[in-house]
Amino acid sequence: MADTTGAATPDIVAEPQVEGGDDGVRRRDFINIAAVSAAGFGGVAVLYPLISQMAPSADVLAESSTEVDVSAIEPGQAIKAIFRKQPLFVRRLTDKEIAEANAVNISSLRDPQTLAERTKEGHQDLLVTMGVCTHLGCVPLGAAEGENKGEFGGYFCPCHGSHYDTAARIRKGPAPLNLQVPEYEFTSDTVITVG
Amino acid sequence: MSFPWAKEYTPANPVMKFLDEKLPLPRLVYNAVGAGYPVPRNLNYMWNFGVLAGFFLVLQIVTGVVLAMHYAADATVAFGKVEHIMRDVNWGWLMRYSHANGASFFFIVIYLHIFRGFYYSSYKAPREMVWLLGVVIFLLMMATAFMGYVLPWGQMSFWGAKVITGLFGAIPVVGEPLQVWLLGGFAPDDAALNRFFSLHFLLPFVIAGVVILHIWALHIPGSSNPTGVEVKGESDTVPFHPYYTAKDGFGLGVVLVLFAVMLFFLPNYLGHPDNYIEANPLSTPAHIVPEWYFWPFYAILRAFTFDFILPAKLWGVLAMFAAILMWFFLPWLDRSPVRSGHYRPLFRKFFWFGLIPVMAVLFYCGGAPAEEPYVMLSQIATAYYFLHFLVILPLVSSFEKPEPLPYSITEAVLGSDKKAVLGENTTPAT
Repeated sequence: MADTTGAATPDIVAEPQVEGGDDGVRRRDFINIAAVSAAGFGGVAVLYPLISQMAPSADVLAESSTEVDVSAIEPGQAIKAIFRKQPLFVRRLTDKEIAEANAVNISSLRDPQTLAERTKEGHQDLLVTMGVCTHLGCVPLGAAEGENKGEFGGYFCPCHGSHYDTAARIRKGPAPLNLQVPEYEFTSDTVITVG
Repeated sequence: MSFPWAKEYTPANPVMKFLDEKLPLPRLVYNAVGAGYPVPRNLNYMWNFGVLAGFFLVLQIVTGVVLAMHYAADATVAFGKVEHIMRDVNWGWLMRYSHANGASFFFIVIYLHIFRGFYYSSYKAPREMVWLLGVVIFLLMMATAFMGYVLPWGQMSFWGAKVITGLFGAIPVVGEPLQVWLLGGFAPDDAALNRFFSLHFLLPFVIAGVVILHIWALHIPGSSNPTGVEVKGESDTVPFHPYYTAKDGFGLGVVLVLFAVMLFFLPNYLGHPDNYIEANPLSTPAHIVPEWYFWPFYAILRAFTFDFILPAKLWGVLAMFAAILMWFFLPWLDRSPVRSGHYRPLFRKFFWFGLIPVMAVLFYCGGAPAEEPYVMLSQIATAYYFLHFLVILPLVSSFEKPEPLPYSITEAVLGSDKKAVLGENTTPAT
């Protein structure tokens, strides 16, 4: 394919010149582009399912919402549930903990968020977060009775020493973000649906 | 492809003659690792590790295929299957311990092989492609070893998989979807375990393919040697077989003795007790560490604890990958015309008193808990590591006065006897 302007070279005389001889465009050029495009499209069409098969399958996605009954959680207590195969912390804050969380100067935080932004309206005492440290994914301590709650009374990740406060916001240590608040809603006064 | 004095393959009998005409495979082997490959006569034992790495690749493939016959990649049974191999399968314990310790020995010999490359600058022209393919092999090995460690589905398997795939989550915008795509879920589970098993089985064969390219690329200029002076004549070389098959065979024997010591007396020394606890997504081990061969790079990952434009976590991830990807540029970063560190006094100082201690510090800190003084030590060592490759190595040749090189390999071996010099003695003494 050293020479694509066949019309100009006398030794390719057998080449049928159908049209467009002057601008150098041959019918073969069209066939060439059309064939490569079709093959390229086919290649992408084959690649798509090969890549997509690695995404979460239907049964994994089917488990992607969880109902949690929060009626039995007393102030100061927390429970661990499982959401998308990962731990979920549901914590009923005491009045003191709420006051502590609201007393913080928001602009001093690494990931500035108020407690109100991290809870649902009318349920400011119920803090729902993932139990997954935003540093490298360990499970922080502090949800179960007697565990180390860290310097700020919330959660403490033992892997690399991240401290979270009573609103589960990052206060000290290597984690870049607050503990993630998943999407959830109150389906009744005592039941939340996560996901 | 080889020196003009290389011995030519002659089929010994009609069957081999037939084969040589139809499919010259014996000829290929003869020219690659037989008497048909002339090799510098002065190679020291640092030149054993390529063959040793090849041996451990074969060992890993053989034991791995056997283990796969008794294993099942299902999160509910995987942990039990490994115990089944250890207790019930005939010689299963031998296969699994060989495979686990074989991985460690594979990395030991590879690190010594890379060390040889660093000290003698084996990466320099005309062997750049050999080096680049070697770095590719190393990256493939790391991926393979990581996925293999997930398969027993113990606590370290699970949390290692979570932390390492979590690294991809640090990439801005696409990070989280990418992590979910890699795992096939929101946390490591069946989907992740199955794909890791599939890829862990596949990648060693990919490595074997790249190893063939690595050897092919090596055989175009021929092997380097401790003087760094290129081969000038026939008296500088000896045939690979029997000279280096014997030398490599001896080295293999020594390494196999050490391997047997680990295998039979300390089979779990390099592992983690936590991995004999089944994976539990709700409880993190107190101290997550990767396998020992990842420690230097894990230390670099954890050395970044402060945000600077980008978040600290992303810096750590970028630095960890850069620490190895940088090696791809090594042939052009090191600008000294002299290859061997043996003749480079200034480079040698930076190598022995800079790079090597710093690698040792990174290695130690990577296995230590993330607390002081290890964090600060890792930070200093990480800074020096990058300084060595990006600043010291490119600049050192401008200030250095290399020691005089021998005229030829023969002269280096026999002294500057006139008869030893090229042209006066081109036929090897018999």
